[in-house]
Amino acid sequence: MPIVKVDGVEVEVPQGATVLQACELAGKEIPRFCYHERLSIAGNCRMCLVEVKPGPPKPQASCALPAADKQEIFTNSPMVKNAREGVMEFLLINHPLDCPICDQGGECDLQDQSLAYGRGHSRYDENKRAVTEKYMGPIVKTVMTRCIQCTRCIRFAEEVAGVEEIGAVYRGENMQITSYLEHAVTSELSGNVVDLCPVGALTSKPYAFEARPWELRKTLTIDVMDAVGTNIRLDSRGRQVLRALPVINDDVNEEWASDKTRHAVDGLVRRRLDRPYVRKDGKLVAASWDEAFAAIKAVDAGSSVAAIHGDLVDCETLYAAKALLASMGSSLLEGRQTGMDYDTSSLAAVNFNTTIAGTETADAILLVGTNLRWEAPLVNTRIRKAIKKGAKVFAIGPEVDLTYRATWLGNDLSLLGKLPEEVAQAFDSAKRPMVIVGGAALKGGHGATLALAKTLNLVRDGWNGYNVLHAAAARNGGLMLGFAQKGGIADVAAANPKLAFFLGADEVDFSKFAGSFKVYIGHHGDKGAAAADVVLPGASYAEKSGTYVNLEGRVQRGDRAVFPPGDAREDWTILRALSAVLGHTLPFDTLDELRAAMGVDTPDLATLGLKTFAWNPPSLDAAGSGEVSYPIKDFYLTNAICRASPTMQRCSAEILHGQDFAEAAE
Amino acid sequence: MLADKDRIFTNVYGFQPWNLDAAIMRGDWDNTKDLMALGQDAIIDIIKASGLRGRGGAGFPTGMKWSFMPKESKDGRPSFLVINADESEPGSCKDREIIRHDPHKLIEGALIAGYAMRARAAYIYIRGEYIREAEVLFAAVAEAYDKGLIGKNASGSGYDFDVFVHRGAGAYICGEETAMLESLEGKKGQPRLKPPFPAGAGLYGCPTTVNNVESIAVAPTILRRGAAWFSSFGAEGNKGTKLFQISGHVNKPCVVEEAMSIPFRQLIEEHCGGIRGGWDNLLAVIPGGSSVPLVPAAEIMDCPMDFDGLKKVGSGLGTAAIIVMDKSTDIVRAISRLSYFYKHESCGQCTPCREGTGWMWRVMERMRTGDADISEIDTLYQVTKQVEGHTICALGDAAAWPIQGLIKHFRPEMERRILARNGGGDAPMMEAAE
Repeated sequence: MPIVKVDGVEVEVPQGATVLQACELAGKEIPRFCYHERLSIAGNCRMCLVEVKPGPPKPQASCALPAADKQEIFTNSPMVKNAREGVMEFLLINHPLDCPICDQGGECDLQDQSLAYGRGHSRYDENKRAVTEKYMGPIVKTVMTRCIQCTRCIRFAEEVAGVEEIGAVYRGENMQITSYLEHAVTSELSGNVVDLCPVGALTSKPYAFEARPWELRKTLTIDVMDAVGTNIRLDSRGRQVLRALPVINDDVNEEWASDKTRHAVDGLVRRRLDRPYVRKDGKLVAASWDEAFAAIKAVDAGSSVAAIHGDLVDCETLYAAKALLASMGSSLLEGRQTGMDYDTSSLAAVNFNTTIAGTETADAILLVGTNLRWEAPLVNTRIRKAIKKGAKVFAIGPEVDLTYRATWLGNDLSLLGKLPEEVAQAFDSAKRPMVIVGGAALKGGHGATLALAKTLNLVRDGWNGYNVLHAAAARNGGLMLGFAQKGGIADVAAANPKLAFFLGADEVDFSKFAGSFKVYIGHHGDKGAAAADVVLPGASYAEKSGTYVNLEGRVQRGDRAVFPPGDAREDWTILRALSAVLGHTLPFDTLDELRAAMGVDTPDLATLGLKTFAWNPPSLDAAGSGEVSYPIKDFYLTNAICRASPTMQRCSAEILHGQDFAEAAE
Repeated sequence: MLADKDRIFTNVYGFQPWNLDAAIMRGDWDNTKDLMALGQDAIIDIIKASGLRGRGGAGFPTGMKWSFMPKESKDGRPSFLVINADESEPGSCKDREIIRHDPHKLIEGALIAGYAMRARAAYIYIRGEYIREAEVLFAAVAEAYDKGLIGKNASGSGYDFDVFVHRGAGAYICGEETAMLESLEGKKGQPRLKPPFPAGAGLYGCPTTVNNVESIAVAPTILRRGAAWFSSFGAEGNKGTKLFQISGHVNKPCVVEEAMSIPFRQLIEEHCGGIRGGWDNLLAVIPGGSSVPLVPAAEIMDCPMDFDGLKKVGSGLGTAAIIVMDKSTDIVRAISRLSYFYKHESCGQCTPCREGTGWMWRVMERMRTGDADISEIDTLYQVTKQVEGHTICALGDAAAWPIQGLIKHFRPEMERRILARNGGGDAPMMEAAE
């Protein structure tokens, strides 16, 4: 490994590292705009110039220069200082310096670096350049005069998001960044360019002029919009969450978050359930907690009780419900609202065993009935990375644009039993083969794909290539806690429980529960609340400290960012209070006690981190059959929170349904 | 004066047709097979021995450049030769004469050079504005294909070699070798970061050599007449003959092939009929195309026109596009116009060039009218220094050098204008109260 000298200090750097990385290893900060760890190197901002010996007698762009043995690097010589000041001056001559009205203010790389490396004054007296705004869709607001042409957004769109819809037009000082024909960028990840933009050229449209970064309280938590378990930071002011930003976690979301994760938060203050309701004479009437509890007690269900959870629920709520039902003498627990009934006897057989990060290293991938781009956009980006390393991708299901080239084999699960020759060849030579089974394919393809695990030798030493991709954040936690009946929700309906709890469950066919007294515990006035006999207002993911298990079996925990509105309470406290009224008082009074009990019940949930499940798949009918229809019909409107979000509604209308939104002339 | 028998480009003025028959009459495509039979390494050695330096401006030894190409493909990647015919430098017009009047010299050179560097094909990237020239080149390539001179079993040598002509779209920056590769690949013409150098990963990621039209076109003649013949012209390290392109205030502007290292005075007297208004009327010369610093009259008159001689006077041979300016020239305006050119042609990729070229031009425009402060001359100089050497490609340098040359040699003129406009100099300008 090369040993280089940075400002006189010797450091050993990994093979293939750049000079910039070497400087960072040596603890030297190198200013940069265009360089980004997760994007290709452009080397065009020229901010990272350092002096390197041996080399030409001029400063070198450290981001692009490979570190070589016996190199001497100077990061604070007069040459470097001059170069930085010069570049900084150039960047600022055509920058509007409108920081007071810029949303990036306070978290702007240009601000920070001009303070640290700039000259403090400008010698430029000519007129500044002005650039017209570009339309990039409902998520990204543009103020292109501020753009410093670092091209991070272009490279992100092309390399990570896989949509070649952002580019540069014109040249020289007239170079402009724009979206293709100024249409909305059709990516689920477009919001990330806002984070990447080092200046205020691309800012968040829904968050425009909402707050300054220093006013915000920052809370680390876990996203529930899909089953990836994106690590996020909720920025809130007062009682409102203003924005969600991804937090770096290389095992899960790297540095990205989907647009739904980022921008569904404005749904948290709309259509909220903020007081209990009891149905009287066919209409939901506002009630007190006591009245609502009394109504539930009046059912006198005995042990004829069931609980069905929705997609966004945390493990604590699930466990509280499970414990309550257990104390009442029932185990009618289910979470697969839409009627799926796949075998859950072995969790490994319904888990994403390769892990999200492991996906990158796969060299042959078969997608079975999954529209990854919508079901888990951040797993999709990993597959793009795998393809870059040479992986081959095949897919069974209705053809969709996955942002990369996949060989579509057809939409018939019986293909699983007779894979075409090219697939067999690719998997034969693959060292890390991988099959990803979508929820939609589990119905007719679970056994067939498990059979493939054997025939394609997916499970080998140190590698498990069998993956089931869930789309619901609560799914894996629910399965671990036993929220699954053999026949799925149909079994619960068939038991015809007197009392049924719906924990944030909005996708259920409620007509099947006509004979049950339906109690909805949740946070949004969606389908579930409309069908309920009693509505108990709960907390959304932002308003409770919760444990979530993502699709790969990673147990993660998030904190509470804000308090629930009005009379709403955290869900587990509702169940705890109700248990006392029903005469089955649950044995925990605090969240810690609950978690301790949950850890005893399900040891995997006692600790955080990735859980691995022993590979002992059930033997199921190995014949695949039937066609696949993807469960997600509209990426932006998959749950109660995003259905309440104006931003998501607009994204749906504009990006998916092609509705035109005229911008008001100002 | 270079004897007619020693001229390589015998049809540079187009007195004869350009087509294949006429070219063969002039000696092109004469036993090309035998030249190739010399062997790849021998060809490179002859070119090395001839002392041929790249004619595109930088003057890198051509034979050495060819020798950087891999001798055999280890991973199955083919090699490519890219011929830079994107001649857009203000003042430069030699490639145009070669292509429109002697295209077969270039095509034959492409075959031989491509063979020597073991290239699979040559791409000739021709400037978009050269419409008639491109027509000639397309036709000439078609002729050569028809006669089996290139293509499968090119010239009967057993070597398969294709020549593709690609037209540019009007961007000066695409003359930069890596920007040219980007453009050939169908991308936005922006220079690439080096390393990797094109010889390692160039066009489509394959080993590539980019050569100027003239460097390639002279290769067959060098092989025919021998390295010793070629190196009998010019001073040490600056061997050979060269197409000089003299424009501006001479009596007869022309493109002429001459021996390297010919003194400026001799070149002008013999071929251009002298300076307009006599030698006393000479103000300055830009000896190598717009991107080299100008040289004032006194220094250039007896300077040998070659790489090293012009380097000594603080300039460069460039493409030997000699722009002569007599004393009627508004020298500040002339350089300001060049600044506008670079502002217009900057690709916009790197910060210093994108922002700096515009800044320099705007200040230069004010310098032209004197609407500036004396101290701004120093600021302008510092700005050029902030651009020079801080960019990915050399366009930043090229934009900075003319201004640096101006300030170095004509600062008194710039100061005079500022003082004149500001009312004689001593009296401070009155600022209007706002």
